[in-house]
Amino acid sequence: MTTETFEDTPGPADKSPNQVAPKSAPDASAKHRWGGEGVVLNVFSHGFLVVWALMVAVPLLWALWSSFKTSGDILSHPWSLPVHPHFDSWSRAWTKAHMGRYFINTVIVVGFSTFGTMLFGSMAAYVLARFEFFGNRFIYFLFVGGMAFPVVMVLVPLFFVTKNLGILNTLPGLILVYIAYSLPFTVFFMTSFFRTLPTSVAEAALVDGASHTRTFFQIMVPMAKPGIISIGIFNVLGQWNQYLLPLVLNQGNTDKWVLTQGLADLAVQQGYQGDWSGLFAGLSIAMLPVLAVYIFFQRQVQAGLTAGAVK
Amino acid sequence: MRHGKYRFIIGFLAVPVALYAVLVISPFIQDFQISLTDWSGLTPEKHYIGLDNYQKIIHNNLFWKALWHNVLMLLIVPLVTLALGLFFAFMLNVGGRRKGSASVAGVRGAGFYKIVYFFPQVLSVTVIAVLWEQIYNPDPDNGLLNNLLGDVGLTSLQQSWLGDPSIALACIMAVMVWSNVGFYVVLFSAGMASIPGEIYEAALLDGAGRFVTFFRVTLPLLRDTVATGWVYMGIIAMDGFALVQLMSVNNGGPNESTDVVPLLLYKTAFRDNSQYGMAAAIGVAMLIVTLLFAVLTLRLSRRERIEF
Repeated sequence: MTTETFEDTPGPADKSPNQVAPKSAPDASAKHRWGGEGVVLNVFSHGFLVVWALMVAVPLLWALWSSFKTSGDILSHPWSLPVHPHFDSWSRAWTKAHMGRYFINTVIVVGFSTFGTMLFGSMAAYVLARFEFFGNRFIYFLFVGGMAFPVVMVLVPLFFVTKNLGILNTLPGLILVYIAYSLPFTVFFMTSFFRTLPTSVAEAALVDGASHTRTFFQIMVPMAKPGIISIGIFNVLGQWNQYLLPLVLNQGNTDKWVLTQGLADLAVQQGYQGDWSGLFAGLSIAMLPVLAVYIFFQRQVQAGLTAGAVK
Repeated sequence: MRHGKYRFIIGFLAVPVALYAVLVISPFIQDFQISLTDWSGLTPEKHYIGLDNYQKIIHNNLFWKALWHNVLMLLIVPLVTLALGLFFAFMLNVGGRRKGSASVAGVRGAGFYKIVYFFPQVLSVTVIAVLWEQIYNPDPDNGLLNNLLGDVGLTSLQQSWLGDPSIALACIMAVMVWSNVGFYVVLFSAGMASIPGEIYEAALLDGAGRFVTFFRVTLPLLRDTVATGWVYMGIIAMDGFALVQLMSVNNGGPNESTDVVPLLLYKTAFRDNSQYGMAAAIGVAMLIVTLLFAVLTLRLSRRERIEF
């Protein structure tokens, strides 16, 4: 992690509109002023930027490299790099601490719930965006209002609603709850997205005899793909990282736990058993897939997560 | 055609509305109802007791202490996070050495910085909490932070970070800032990139330095984005449940010095004899505080929008 690596990476900012060269060069004095200031500022800004980059990256790398050390090594030399990497902590975390099972549970839950959220969210949003009918506004504000209140608030009644429905401590129950609580933002965003799409294509399809349902799935969904991808990523990350809901609604059987529960439990267990390398391996198992997905799709992820704020 | 349209509308709305009504709206309404009862794990029968729960909350020191911690977070965390986010975003977009005749330039490797800064944003709060618990580990040989301080000779600064009631909350707030700055760097960078270069050029021709440019040009033009960011950060600060529950000694300790309202609600409902009625009332109180915050922020940030 040296400065040289930064220099090789041309960033998107290099293409930012700020840099479009002006037609007439600024006058000489101003050029001089900023030129002199620029060198100092450049060093100064790089300094701060590098420090923060290290503050973010080093803890994460530390967790990763600690997982290859023995517990004794971690205790005596927390900063040292693993000289003889050990991989047994990973297998210990994966099997003995059941991180493997939790991982698979999480994939199942997030897979189904994100699919469900996007399907039902887009369906509702499309109808709300494109059709006029009695109660349209009311339903829209019902959904959007859900963004305003904290989930913690309804923990008690939600616990009993799921219990009475018989879906407490089950994965399908968790999936349904995730979908329901992801709908407000998804409906809000997708409604405004569908409004920006041209109406003519859908009208042409209807004139050609396609049903409304077919128009939606074969014309509108492909057209809305960028929005669906952004919000899909937003939902995948939000649901993958959800901690409060499984903590309350999925307490029962440890076989059904998701990663966040497993990791929290591992941290507590480690306090008694002193299996530090196992803890760091578990941490890495929870951390790496998300980081890998992020690095691979970083542009879409950044766009998806900031979409709500930009409007 | 008409008939088909309504069948289609109902068909498409039925499942999402039903799910939402049963799992979100009905619990929301029930919360108000439960808050008026003495329902607890010990008394399976609900008895309506009016506003007794609310009265108890008002006289409960623990509630005010927890709320005060949330308010502290609400005041400090967004301020620090947004300031750092703006600072880094400005450095990334305007802080670079000018090339040729460009009026402003981003630093080299801006894209790389943005990728790294964003890392904590994609990680779960659990990962972040467990990681920082290890960093804050009080053992001088064992905790990353204490070990680092020892290595550079600042042994006197070594602390029991999360075990000292006077600094535990600040340590948790630092983690909140750490994990959220990247988001705002990316958000504000996008905002800054959409400010036309000519505006910067005009400021440059008028002889404005970079710091003047930041406070007189960039900041006013980003006002809307900053206000939205403030609301987002406020929602995060009003919560704080997962970080405190996972990191603090004894769930909100030591000596309740890190307790927050959501954690108090959780403990009231699912421990301490499961006082469901009381927990529901805390939930309603939380909603009121959240709405107050939202209204205040919107009031303060309302202003004419500058179009460009």
